[in-house]
Amino acid sequence: MNNGHHPSPNLAVDLGGIKMNNPVAVASGTFGYGREYEDYLDIAAVGAVIVKGTTLEARLGNPPPRIIETPAGMLNAIGLENPGVEVFLHDHLPYLRDKGVTVIANLAGNSIEDYAAVSACLEGHAGIAGIELNISCPNVKKGGLQFGTDPWMVQQVVAAVKKETSLPVMPKLSPNVTNIVEIAHAAREGGADALSMINTLMGMAIDVEHRRPVLTNIFGGLSGPAIKPVALRMIYQVHREMDIPILGGGGIMNARDALEFILAGASAVSIGTGNFVNPRAAFDVLKGIQDYMQVYGVQRIADLVGKAVLR
Amino acid sequence: MMPGLENGKILDNRQVAGDWYVMDVAAPATARQCQPGQFLHIRPADNYDPLLRRPLSIYDVLPDSGLISLLYRVVGRGTSLLAKFAADEFINIMGPLGRGWSMPASAENLLLVGGGIGVAPLMYLARVARQRECRVRLLFGASEAAQLSGAARFEKIGVDVKRASMDGSLGYPGRVTDLLNDEIATDYARVYTCGPAPMMALVARWASTSGVWGEVSLEEHMACGVGACLGCVCQLDPFQPGYVKVCKDGPVFNVDQVRWMQQTPAGEVTGSE
Repeated sequence: MNNGHHPSPNLAVDLGGIKMNNPVAVASGTFGYGREYEDYLDIAAVGAVIVKGTTLEARLGNPPPRIIETPAGMLNAIGLENPGVEVFLHDHLPYLRDKGVTVIANLAGNSIEDYAAVSACLEGHAGIAGIELNISCPNVKKGGLQFGTDPWMVQQVVAAVKKETSLPVMPKLSPNVTNIVEIAHAAREGGADALSMINTLMGMAIDVEHRRPVLTNIFGGLSGPAIKPVALRMIYQVHREMDIPILGGGGIMNARDALEFILAGASAVSIGTGNFVNPRAAFDVLKGIQDYMQVYGVQRIADLVGKAVLR
Repeated sequence: MMPGLENGKILDNRQVAGDWYVMDVAAPATARQCQPGQFLHIRPADNYDPLLRRPLSIYDVLPDSGLISLLYRVVGRGTSLLAKFAADEFINIMGPLGRGWSMPASAENLLLVGGGIGVAPLMYLARVARQRECRVRLLFGASEAAQLSGAARFEKIGVDVKRASMDGSLGYPGRVTDLLNDEIATDYARVYTCGPAPMMALVARWASTSGVWGEVSLEEHMACGVGACLGCVCQLDPFQPGYVKVCKDGPVFNVDQVRWMQQTPAGEVTGSE
């Protein structure tokens, strides 16, 4: 790897206190608890494994069909199927800890109290590098309004979690908003250590033969290459306005995509739907980033962050 | 057993009947791992149209020759593109994946019931069973005679095949499940079936009322194929809450795990074609 002119690039990332050995993470809900992909890559070598979204109690999830492919993307409405935080802590976390995997827990809830309670459960358990907050959930106490679409609720939920945890907290911002910068500011006001951007875009698909929505949930979250330009735009906007580390993702399929996110302002990237197409995507993307750094003599990955400028 | 990723070299990809195709692929690393009833997750395009892989049943395997055959029906964009692949082209294969058929360890009497393209996962099952000196009978039903041409492949390895066609052009005129009336369930140690949901429901009921052990193979749209995304789940019993992952817990399930709903169109209950 070392060509004699440039030392091996420094790939380490400090994402607001979440220490990653390299900038390539895998996104929550696309990588299970890591074990599912062990036949394809060394999960301990992945920058961070953001595990399946976890709630206080087990959830059954939505009735199928839950997914449908769309042009250069897919819609999903899984409905947060998960076994609950205790099962995560006792059945999955010890395995990942023993393997040396960098684990980011992804937490969800339907009230401020839910988020606070599930965060508190993680305290005292070694092997969690940080918390990603899924704030694209409906707040049952506010008539189902999504937490992530209201600046005040974003600030409240982040602050409530910060109070319960010693871990770095990284809300995953919903793109289904008019002003993403306003939401990002609210998250930081609440005490966010980093931002994860972006969650899926809400969409739907219709079966014209049966004249009904394809997904039983009617609406689903759009992911994949189709959303990449939206994600890049939002990360660029937030990075220009604020000094906070960003984990960028949305349709990353290869190293060039990942480099676009880093140049737009992401300190690290996450691969989601790309894992389904290429189960070794995290490995291949990291390799491509390393090659790029070698070719251009980039010493530290941080030197590339937000460097896309009009000249 | 360790699944992987392999670029298989296509040796042949031919239309066998209407919208049915057989693809022969040289994929030695994958072929060595394949168990009957598992599936391969195949990338039909190297761009994003379509984006996702397509799960295809393993039709037949010659592990020593590194050869895998896939029998598939063109149903949409992904399978249309698969049908266009030519010999000497390469195709990206992930797998083998899923939990396949539970195989008898020694010689037993087996009944296989295949409906339409659902015959695909039964061929390699028959081959391995014949190697273990099982007696195998296949009840093979399809809409027309041309689709039944694959029966010869079964007969070549000593499977006794009874044919049924909906248009009456070959074998028994009508539903393959009508052929069950001539069978005595207790003659068989195991029954294996794959096909449209209503057909599998009848086979399953026939097996379980006679107390014969049986397995069914289900089908669903999938994204990851490895149990990570929870996109392909299915509720096996409408009266029991909770879902199974067709890709990881299945695609093969015991008949006793599944409670079939009556008179639902194919695809409603299990997503099977």
